[in-house]
Formats: sequence, structure tokens, C-alpha cells
Amino acid sequence: MTPSDRFISIRNVSKSFGAFTAIEEISMDIGQGEFFSLLGASGCGKTTLLRMLAGFESPTKGEIFIDDQPMSDVPPHHRPVNMVFQSYAIFPHLNVGDNIAYGLRKHKLAAARRAEMVEEMLDLIKLPGYGNRKANELSGGQRQRIALARALILRPKVLLLDEPLGALDKQLREQMQLELRALQRQVGITFVFVTHDQEEALTLSDRIAVMSGGKVLQVDTPAGLYETPRTRAVASFIGTMNFFRGTVRRNGAAMAAIEAEGLGTIPMTTAQLTKPDGAPVQIALRPEKFSLSAKRPEAGLAVEGRLCTSAYMGERSQYYLSIPGKAEPVAVSAPNTHRLMGGHDLSEGEALWLSWSPESIVMLDTD
Amino acid sequence: MAETSLPKRRTTEGPPRASGSAFLRLLRRSESARAYVMMSPTLLIMTLGIVVPFVILLVISLWTRAGFGFDTTPTLANYARSWNEPIYGTLLLRSFWISGVATAITVLLCYPMAYYVAFHVHRNKMMWIILMTLPFWTSYLLRVFAWKVILGYEGVINSGLMSAGLIEAPLSFLLYSPTAVIITLAHAWAAFAILPLYVSLEKIDRSLLEAATDLGDGPVARFFRVTLPLSMPGVIAASFLIFIPTTGDYITPALLGGPDGAMIGNLIQLQFGAVNNWPMGATLSIVLMLWIAALALVFLLVTRKVQGRIT
Amino acid sequence: MSSYIKRPNRALQVYAVLFLIVLYVPVLFIPLFSFNDSIYVRFPLQGFTLQWYGELWTREPVWNALWNSVKVGLVVSVISTVLGVMAARAITRTRMRGKGALVTFIMMPLVIPGIIFGVALLVLLSRMGVPLSLYTVGLGHLIICLPFAVATLLPRFEGFDPSMEEASADLGENGWWTFWRVTFPMVMPGIVASLLLTFTISFDEFIMAFFLTGTDPTLPMYIWGQLRFPKEFPSVLAMAALILFVSFALVFLAQWVGRKGLEDQA
Repeated sequence: MTPSDRFISIRNVSKSFGAFTAIEEISMDIGQGEFFSLLGASGCGKTTLLRMLAGFESPTKGEIFIDDQPMSDVPPHHRPVNMVFQSYAIFPHLNVGDNIAYGLRKHKLAAARRAEMVEEMLDLIKLPGYGNRKANELSGGQRQRIALARALILRPKVLLLDEPLGALDKQLREQMQLELRALQRQVGITFVFVTHDQEEALTLSDRIAVMSGGKVLQVDTPAGLYETPRTRAVASFIGTMNFFRGTVRRNGAAMAAIEAEGLGTIPMTTAQLTKPDGAPVQIALRPEKFSLSAKRPEAGLAVEGRLCTSAYMGERSQYYLSIPGKAEPVAVSAPNTHRLMGGHDLSEGEALWLSWSPESIVMLDTD
Repeated sequence: MAETSLPKRRTTEGPPRASGSAFLRLLRRSESARAYVMMSPTLLIMTLGIVVPFVILLVISLWTRAGFGFDTTPTLANYARSWNEPIYGTLLLRSFWISGVATAITVLLCYPMAYYVAFHVHRNKMMWIILMTLPFWTSYLLRVFAWKVILGYEGVINSGLMSAGLIEAPLSFLLYSPTAVIITLAHAWAAFAILPLYVSLEKIDRSLLEAATDLGDGPVARFFRVTLPLSMPGVIAASFLIFIPTTGDYITPALLGGPDGAMIGNLIQLQFGAVNNWPMGATLSIVLMLWIAALALVFLLVTRKVQGRIT
Repeated sequence: MSSYIKRPNRALQVYAVLFLIVLYVPVLFIPLFSFNDSIYVRFPLQGFTLQWYGELWTREPVWNALWNSVKVGLVVSVISTVLGVMAARAITRTRMRGKGALVTFIMMPLVIPGIIFGVALLVLLSRMGVPLSLYTVGLGHLIICLPFAVATLLPRFEGFDPSMEEASADLGENGWWTFWRVTFPMVMPGIVASLLLTFTISFDEFIMAFFLTGTDPTLPMYIWGQLRFPKEFPSVLAMAALILFVSFALVFLAQWVGRKGLEDQA
């Protein structure tokens, strides 16, 4: 690891509030210039971790290093980090310009230089000329940008963002996601971003830490998390996933297979499968890894199922099929490029063939 | 952005470390400690002003008067006297009776007013609230005195009724009677009923009332099954805010009560003044407080039970 | 506007008007009799005069008493508001053990008859040998004003987002500067309201002053003394009428400031 990969280093950090443990033994590193997301449901500890980076909470155990400096004894106002608050915390008694320049007091700049910096920031967030607006005249999106400018003007080593897009409506949120990503590239500052929205995390981040119950379940790139989740919890938190219980079947050193509920025997390479014969395994398949057909495919793995229900979602449809040997229906996602199969719309109860390739199977850690 | 550079990065000089004594370190680490330090002047004054005097009051109540001084041998004699001699019991009972009636009247009369402003005034609500509370910013003493003018033998009511030929002689029960005290207290403390009542009524979600109507309640049933139970916190707060201070009121009974309208507050004052029996005064103060606490508890339990029955 | 629930109720309207009349009439007697040409405060009215206002200027004891009350009121309101700000901040912004019990303790004077505080303090002070003076009155008033200051300021502190203060710390300001740049301007309307309320309470307070006043009377104490001497009384009424006008003006000012504060934060 190079030092810039350990720009923020969280070492064995725990945090408890009385009897409640918010963070349990987290260790991870965040690189310089990275867009790093903390993803999890509410109460998973992601905001507590962010607030520990900002200095509003101190770890009960462990140490946080930013740029090789231990942070325990550094109060929030001396940390080289700035934060965009969930509520934006725009000071209502100050105008936009004074809000942005709030942190510059200590730098004792000439008034002209200060004004110039504020203008640069307003340009950066695409709100030029807004300096004299009152704080209560702003829309949600504008507040969010001003909170961003107020933090960025201090050139922090790390920018912390606490669900900054949560209060915006869907359309504005998607636009701000793109702008935020572009802005981070432009300024090159390390962003640590807290969100409960998995799509948002996938869209924005270089890497994501999936958190649950005060622990980090997996840290990976968006593609890594989606394609190769390590546990059932991660797999089900990000996107839709079909899970199958199975048993390892080995016949000599070269041949290996999994006997999975509903899917039958799936041949695997020995590289994929290291467990001994008879060991229980948990495998998973994303809905879009299946293909549907009216007739049994010529080659490959396939089972027959019946359509329980379907949901039309625009560019694609989600189908739920019951297959023999498995209690819950299997979710299958198919593009609507040619929606009609065999000349007619699919109806409930219809028999269909499900096929997949062994490479798309994800082996999960049995938990 | 790249050209925006600050003269100095904050951390190039290295993050300042917390230093100083263990106490300062504790302050920085512990929120609880910081909070207590910030509250300490307030707590000190409240301790000095409440706890210490009450302990001394308790101690003195166990003394007895001996000539011009005190006999400091602890005894429950004063408490026994306050229990056995009818004058104390009578005045205590009368205080609770007068305050209780005044409280009930005030709350009953103010409830419709608060209800009106909360539900039927749509514009200038604030103006109505100011209008209702403005009279209470005038001197309590002079407001009580004003009632003396109204209720007096040559007062507004008597002279009005006499000139109208409705009565021959002035109505004597108006002044120097418990009635006079009750009327005056009800008027003087109205603001303490209106504000909590208004706040609790204003807080009620209007959709709950619509739901009650939707589920078949007429206006009367809706009031008793939804509005009243939900405004109970305001009724309770108003009752406490009026009943407790008025039981110990001194001015009103002194100015308007006459011999039949005197209350325990006047008696306590007498012990510290003309009678000069401080231990007895202390005893009466403590007895009054204990009774108030007991009555408040009973009141709370009863309202809780009644509330449970209505809903 | 007039939904089913909110449709107008004529009976209630009439009641509201009657209520206001009964509320105001006794209070308006004070200015009314201050213009009455008789030293006896009784009906029928004798005729209009400004004599009592004229005499007021020559009555030094009235002005002394007024000045005493203003002094005590100012000191008490400033101290109780400062302490109230500290206490309200500590209560709302920190996790601390025993918070509920502490708040109850501070609010206790609201539910104890004033006379008990009066005698309790009198006993304490006389035991300690402290002579009664305006200072002892001030101490008594401080105790009954503190809960009102805290009760006025608490909602202000509760009403503003704690991340405002965190944002200030995050942007590099320490506690001291954060207080002056963020907290203070944001709770300003509450501070003004607390100052006005505590001043008014102290200014009008009778029973504590009754037990704790030394040789210098406060205004209510002076009025109390004058109630028995009708000769001086009309000028007391004139003074009270003047105070009434001033306090009405102050209430409107407070409302105006409070509303302006709310608008600024909306």
C-alpha cells in the first residue's frame, strides 16, 4: 500500500453510547482523492463514523489518522476536514456570501480577496451573483450547493457529506449526483459520502463500504460489490438477488458440481469450488443473469418454471417464476427489446424455460 | 478551483493538541462534565435559594417560640398545634376551597376562549393572544385593587344596581368575602389558563377531528371523545399553574377577603409579622407545601383515570 | 378556508367579545381614576383633572420606589437571562445524566407558592445575619425569574438545528466564536423575550419583596403602603397608568421583535 492509499486510516475504531454499540471494531483505509461511500440502512453506524471523522464524536476505542496525523485529541475546528450536513445547516442570519466566507475569518484576508474567493466558489457551484441573497430565499438544491461551497472554500483534505442529496426530489437528485461527481474530479479532494441509497452509492463512488449493525460488511468498487458480493447481506442490500442453498458434489480431483435447490446439478471448475464433498454452500444469481425462453434451449443449463407474476418497468420487465424444488419464486429481469415471446404477451401460469451460465453464479460465504 | 488557494493550510503547522490540566481534559472529553459546568451557576443559585432555605425552614419548624427568642429543642409541637387547633385547619381548608373554586372557574371560562382562538380565528391569531394576555402585564396589586373599586359598597356594581333601582342598599356580600376573592383570583390568573389551554388545543391535528366526524361523531361527541382528552395536558397544566400559587396568595385575601375570606397566606404572614412566631410560620409553610404536593398527586391520578374512562 | 371543522360559531364569537370586555374593564379603571378629580377612588366620577400627574413630579418617594424597582429588575433580568442561556444550552446540546431531574429542579419555583419562598429566604437570611436590602429582594426575584428565563429560552435552543453549531466548529471556529457568530444571533429573539419577561416579573413582584425588602421599598411595596393612605393614592394611580402605557408598548415591541425573528428564520 502506498501512503496515499492510507490517506484516511481507521484503526480498530469502536463507539458506544452507554450500552448501545454504534460502531464495532472498524478498520479500513481511504485513499487520497477517492470518492468513498459509506452505505447502509439507517442505524447502521455510517453517520456515527462520519461524525467521528469530523470530530463531533470521539471513538470509544481505536484511532483515526488523517494524512498520518492521529485525530483523537484534535477538536473539530482544528481538523483538516469539512462537512456538508444532511440539513445543510445554512446559517439563517447570514446571506449567501457570508455563509460561504464563514470559515475564512481566521485567515485574515483582505476584503477584496475574500470577495474574490467567494465569487470563484459561486462560479464553481453555478450560482454566480448569488452572494447577497438571503439564506431563506434559497431552494433545497441551492442550499446544498452553498453548503458544498462553504466547505470547499477552505480547501479541506477531506470533504465529508452526510446524505446531502436525501432532501432533494428524484430529478434534482440525479442531476446533483452528476454534478457532485464532476466537482469531485475537478477539485481532487477526498470525498467521504454517507448514503442509504444504493443506486446513488453505485453511481457516485470509487469505492463503497457496506455497513450493517456497526460493522463493515464489505469494501469494494461498485462493480465488485454488485457482481461478487461476499455475503448474503451485501448481496441483498445491493440490487435484487436470488439465493439458492446447495451442496458440494465432488467426484475425484477434476470434477466438481453444486447440487442447488431448484436448479439441479451445476458443474463447476475446481478453481471456483474449494469446499469438500457434501459441504453446504450458498449460491446467488442476479435476475438479469437468467434468460427466458418458451422452449428448452439447445445447450446449457436450464430448468422449467411457471410464471407467477410480472412487473412492467419500462425498459425492462421483472418476472417471478416458481420452479420445482424451491419455495420462493425466482426473480428474472429481461429487457423489453422484444417483449412478446412467441407472438403473445406472457400470462400468469405460463410454462417458461430459465437458463443461465455457470460463470454468473456467485458463491457466498455461508453465514 | 485550483487557483483558489488559502494563504496557509490549517494543518501544516500540525494539529494543536489538547493540553492543560486533567480538569480541562475532562471538560473536553466529557459532554456531561461540560454541561454541569455550564449549569453550575444556575444550580448553585437554585440550591442556595430553594434547598438551603427549605432545610432551615424545616429545622425552625421544629423549634418553639420562647419569649422573644426561640427554644431550639426539636419538637413536633407546632405540627400538633396546626393539626389540633381548628383555626389552622379552617384556614387551610378555606385556602384550598377558594383556590380550587377559582381554578375551576378560570379553567372553565378560559377553555371556550382558548378553543375559539385555536379553532375559529384564522387570521391574526397572534393579535388575539396578545389581546388576551396584555392585561396581565399590569400591576397585580392594582388589578386586585381595581376589583375592590368594582365590588365595593360604593363600587361599580352596587352603585350601578342602585341607580337602576334594582336594589335598595348595597350588596354587602360582594366585598370582604370569599366570593370577592374568588372573582378576583379568577380574573387575575386568567392568562395562566389561556396560554396552556391554547397551546394544547392548537397542537391537536385537525385531521383527527375530521377522522372523528368521518367515523360518525357529531360535534358534541367529537368534543368529548377527541378534543377534550387531547387537550387534557393543557387543562392539567393550567390547573397547576393557578391552583398552586393562589393557595399561598396574600394580596387578594388581604385586600378583598375580610375576616371570612382570609387564607393561609395571611396567617403565615402574621406569624412572621405581628404574631412573631417564626417556628409556627415555618410549620404552616411546610404543612401547606405537603398538602399541595398531596393534592397535586391526587389530582393527577384522578384526571388520568377519568381520561382513561372517556377515551 | 372554512372547512367543516372550522366553520364559524356565532355563540363562541359573542362569548369571546364578552370575555375580552370583562378582562379589560377592571384594568382600565386604573387610568380612568388617574384622571378623576377626587382623592377617593369610587363612583360616581367627579370630573376630569390632570392634577395627579402634576403632583406626581413632586412626589420623590414614588420616583425612588420606581427607580429601585427598575434597578432590581434590570439586574435580575440580565443575570437570569445569562444564566438561562447557559442552562438552556447545556440542557439542549449535551447528553448528560440526570437531565430530567435537573430541569424539574429548576422549574420548581413555578409550582411552589411565592410566600413559601419568601419566608424560607427570610429565615435563611436572618439566620445568616444578612441585612434586608434591595440585594436580598434581587436574590428572591432571581430565584423566581430563573425558571421563566429557562422556560423561554429552551424552545429557542430546541428549535434550532444543532448542526448549525457543528457546522461552525467544522468550518474552524472554536466554542467561543461559534457562540457569538451562530448561537447568539439565532437565539436573540429568545434572549429579548427572556429579558422582557423576567424584568416584568421582577418589576411587578410583591410577595418576595414583602418579606425581603429592607428600608428601600420597591414600587409594588410602595403602592401597597399607599393603598391605606388615600391622600397619596391618586398619584400612585397616575404612575401606574404611565407604567401601563409603557408596558403595553414593551409587549408590542417584544411581539414585533419575536415575530421578526421568526420571519428571519423561516
